[in-house]
Amino acid sequence: MHPALAVIFLTLFSGGGFGLMALTALVNDFQIDGGLNPLQTMIALIISMAFVSIGLLSSTAHLANPKNAWRAFTRWRTSWLAREGVFAVMYYPFAFLYLVWVFFTGGTHDAIGLILANLAAIIGLITIFCQGMIYAVLRTMRQWNTPLVPANFYAMGLAIGATWLAAIQQITTGQPDPALIGIAAALLVATGVLKGIYYFWISRPGGPTIRTATGFNRFSVRILDQGHTFGTFLTEEFGHRLPPAKAKSIKILMYLIAIILPLALLAIALWGQVAALAVLAALLVLTGFGVERWLFFIEAQHVVNLYHGRQQC
Amino acid sequence: MRLGLVIDLDTCVGCHACAVACKEWNTSGTTGALTDYHPYGAQPSGVWFNRIRHFELGDYPHNKTINFPMSCMHCENAECVTVCPTGASYKRAEDGIVLVDQNKCMGCNYCSWACPYGARELDRASGTMKKCTLCVDRIYDMEIPEEERQPACVLTCPAHARMFGDFDDPESPVSRAVRERGGYELMPELNYQPSNKYLPPRPTRPIPTEHLRKRGIRQVKDWIHQAVTR
Repeated sequence: MHPALAVIFLTLFSGGGFGLMALTALVNDFQIDGGLNPLQTMIALIISMAFVSIGLLSSTAHLANPKNAWRAFTRWRTSWLAREGVFAVMYYPFAFLYLVWVFFTGGTHDAIGLILANLAAIIGLITIFCQGMIYAVLRTMRQWNTPLVPANFYAMGLAIGATWLAAIQQITTGQPDPALIGIAAALLVATGVLKGIYYFWISRPGGPTIRTATGFNRFSVRILDQGHTFGTFLTEEFGHRLPPAKAKSIKILMYLIAIILPLALLAIALWGQVAALAVLAALLVLTGFGVERWLFFIEAQHVVNLYHGRQQC
Repeated sequence: MRLGLVIDLDTCVGCHACAVACKEWNTSGTTGALTDYHPYGAQPSGVWFNRIRHFELGDYPHNKTINFPMSCMHCENAECVTVCPTGASYKRAEDGIVLVDQNKCMGCNYCSWACPYGARELDRASGTMKKCTLCVDRIYDMEIPEEERQPACVLTCPAHARMFGDFDDPESPVSRAVRERGGYELMPELNYQPSNKYLPPRPTRPIPTEHLRKRGIRQVKDWIHQAVTR
């Protein structure tokens, strides 16, 4: 699968933005370590909305005919892509109203504030699910056709949100907050485990083979000629692949950047009282999950590759 | 009605005439033009609704070359239509033809991800997804003689390896061919329920040719074949 930057940015940033919204609502709901003060809440909301906007704007770069993009909201009854668009746009008014409410009243956790925050958070979480389902419904790519995909999207969105919230908290107060750092660390570990389960899952052979693709189940089948001299849309879109050794080293790098280093930095930030390290951790998490998303796309093998020389997808 | 194609893998000679005829008809048809990229350049490429692959079955000496034309299968369970967020992709209720409304498509590629048969190709010039229309602008055209109201690929095939018809009618030529020759679907495990069916090659005995070869020349030839290494 072609790892288009536009789609990587869409899922990475909007997932992180919705995760940040959900964590903000959660921390203010339960007043974890006294909850966020109005300034922290507003910074979190602005970053959340900025992330979602970066994601949605970059997704339009993936469209070959963006003048029809408004039509993408119409088929929400059947298409997860349309549902994602509808919910992503529904998130804005609630997040924005919460921002306005906190700005004018300072009510981060009064009744109206919490209603707005939780509505924005829930809509954001639904959007992450829709985003995961865009990929999980495709039976043509077995690396995507698994419930682990939306589960991983949740884990990563929330982990990005938690590390950024911890960073916001530390930058504004200069004091590391054990509860927020604990949430971030727990979510990072959970994400690493879930992603590990996913990598184990996709390493098993499965899915259609060249035999079922051609219908010759009792013969060995090999391609002689793809029927075209140079690339086609199909080879450009689906022909990408990663040699296993390279994939493994990039996965190790991804785990290092996205999970291990941020965990270490968060620990140092907490024990050494160095607030700036939490910001570095948040940036690393975002970068690392960007690498993860690139792997997610390039490792997906579309069954049409069977007609271009693959024996199994 | 459930219109579709039957491809006879026994008689297909792999000449790509169906693909060329398809391109010729459809580039000026309802979803035309089928853009070519660098047609006279070093690496020409472009949009095609029909692509023919060539496979080898079995191992030498019990092997066989199979020419494998593929176009849109006009699936009953067309996921490309389900996933389309704009409603540009649709399946006609009256005859089962899957089409893309070029005025609605936003070129997100999602339908091509959902298609296991590689039937959909993005036209970079128009920014829209294009695909086989089953020559919908031809098969209902009352201005042309009735026997020509067939897809361009079917009309042009010199080996009569392509048939067009209604699979809902059990006595139509396509239904009979599928029934009698054991026609099958590609990748049935994905449950797209494609309309197009493929007829497997007929079992044949090798035609004896030994006695046709002249004895003396054959020995010289065999000796040369052994002496010359490739």
